[in-house]
Amino acid sequence: MILNVTYLYYLVGFVLAVTAVMTVRDASNPKRYTSALFWGIYALIFLVGDRLPVRVVGGAAVIMALVAGFGGVGFGKHGGRKPEDYVASAKRLGNKLFVPALMIPVITMLGTVFSKQLSIAGVPLLDPKNVTFVALGVGCVISLAVACWLTRETPVQGMRESRRLTDSLGWALVLPQMLGMLGLVFADAGVGKAVAHVTTTYINMDGRFVAVAVYVIGMALFTIIMGNGFAAFPVMTGGVGVPVLVGMYHANPAVMAAVGMLSGYCGTLLTPMAANFNIVPAALLELPDKNAVIRAQVPTSLILLVVNVFLLYFLMYL
Amino acid sequence: MPTDVNLWPLIGVAIIIAGFILRFNPMLVVVVTAIGTAVAAGFPFEKILDSIGTGIIKTRNLPLIILLPLAVIGLLERHGLRQHAQNWIGRIKSATAGRLLIVYLLARQLTAAVGLTSLGGHPQMVRPLLAPMTEGATEARFGKLSERIRNKLRAFSAATDNVGLFFGEDMFVAFGAIALMTTFLHEAGIDLEPIHVALWGIPTAICAFVIHAVRLYRLDGAIKREIEAEKKAAPSEAKGE
Repeated sequence: MILNVTYLYYLVGFVLAVTAVMTVRDASNPKRYTSALFWGIYALIFLVGDRLPVRVVGGAAVIMALVAGFGGVGFGKHGGRKPEDYVASAKRLGNKLFVPALMIPVITMLGTVFSKQLSIAGVPLLDPKNVTFVALGVGCVISLAVACWLTRETPVQGMRESRRLTDSLGWALVLPQMLGMLGLVFADAGVGKAVAHVTTTYINMDGRFVAVAVYVIGMALFTIIMGNGFAAFPVMTGGVGVPVLVGMYHANPAVMAAVGMLSGYCGTLLTPMAANFNIVPAALLELPDKNAVIRAQVPTSLILLVVNVFLLYFLMYL
Repeated sequence: MPTDVNLWPLIGVAIIIAGFILRFNPMLVVVVTAIGTAVAAGFPFEKILDSIGTGIIKTRNLPLIILLPLAVIGLLERHGLRQHAQNWIGRIKSATAGRLLIVYLLARQLTAAVGLTSLGGHPQMVRPLLAPMTEGATEARFGKLSERIRNKLRAFSAATDNVGLFFGEDMFVAFGAIALMTTFLHEAGIDLEPIHVALWGIPTAICAFVIHAVRLYRLDGAIKREIEAEKKAAPSEAKGE
């Protein structure tokens, strides 16, 4: 392949390194040294992480968590523009402003859809295992060029804007990765097995309705803990779905799997552990309540979970 | 049933729940949980750092989707993208926040169902376009909005993107979750066609749309009542705008 996901890691590492350098030189940030340390370590994880011993990366992650945990990640004042300036340039550029913004999703989509056709001398242009990410990266680079041309700004200003938004996200930007790491540690340590053991040992699943409810609600609860339905599925389906629903009650496994996974997604809507979907958007949208997105999702999720119990109960023999 | 399952790692679950409830910094909670779980599972000290490091390296793709669009979005915001999105929607007289979000929910679900999951997302769609449009549509009806209303609209914009994505992508046959399910069941001795798993996702997907769309429909009324209550509570402030 020609464009590999590793290049994206270098690109992200470069952007973060620039962020770290800009931060250390930013006298308006009261915590500029610890903030720069935080972003600098993060940059190194992307630039050289796979060449370091994993133990060192582990130690670096612990240091980052300590810096963030004790309030070491701050933000500076960013040379904002006056409200009139925004309105004036919005008037001047008009709908053209939408073009680069929409180019990111459109290029990502085209890259994903036509990835098989995009090849040079038989070598695929985009890393086939990471098509979406690589296409997104290409889309962002092209859109940045178009945005610079449209607004007559330099890529350096683009880096400044990137740092402004990185600053406003703060450690929330790193949280999804930390939680992903925790999911893997949980899997290594056998947390899933222990949860499945407890549920199957202490709950009597003699009634079909109880068994269905245990599976559906268990998927949601386990996803709330792990932050991800993919981690919950093997545990709950291995522990309850296959032996009880399919084994004892002869449920259609396709119905069980589909409704089960979507019940896991109901859990994803409820948990801060799914940081990419719940906590990062709250930070991106500058909401004072970090759980505001979850709060907006709670009723939809809970109603749908109850609906799922009945859907599985009634559809499982079809 | 044999009891050779080690139940000590469940301490990790307790730590993380306690940490989030007591509102410690999540980064700290996660690292303490990882260390606590590993200790409870009987890992030696070096293996604890090793498994944290391996986890971090394996999950490096997670922040890509957030970090990469920031430069473009930031530049466009500096040139008034959010203001323009607000004005643009304000010109459509029939637009309300709830109606706009219902249309977005449907579009997000349908595009995700045919595999186009990247046609949305928080950094590239919700922050620069969707959230400002819900604010703009509401502002065009009621005038300047309070922070509280603004935040509520933003939270609902993000929530709608999530609901649309989650309950759309699972109907796409080539989606990773479907492969995960069929692979797992294959190992358990059950062979399934991926298309059947995708099709049985449809009833839940339809219910998800109906439930969330009804909530969005009612959001318009709730916003209207809240704004009227705010104006009653502070009439002088409202006139001052």
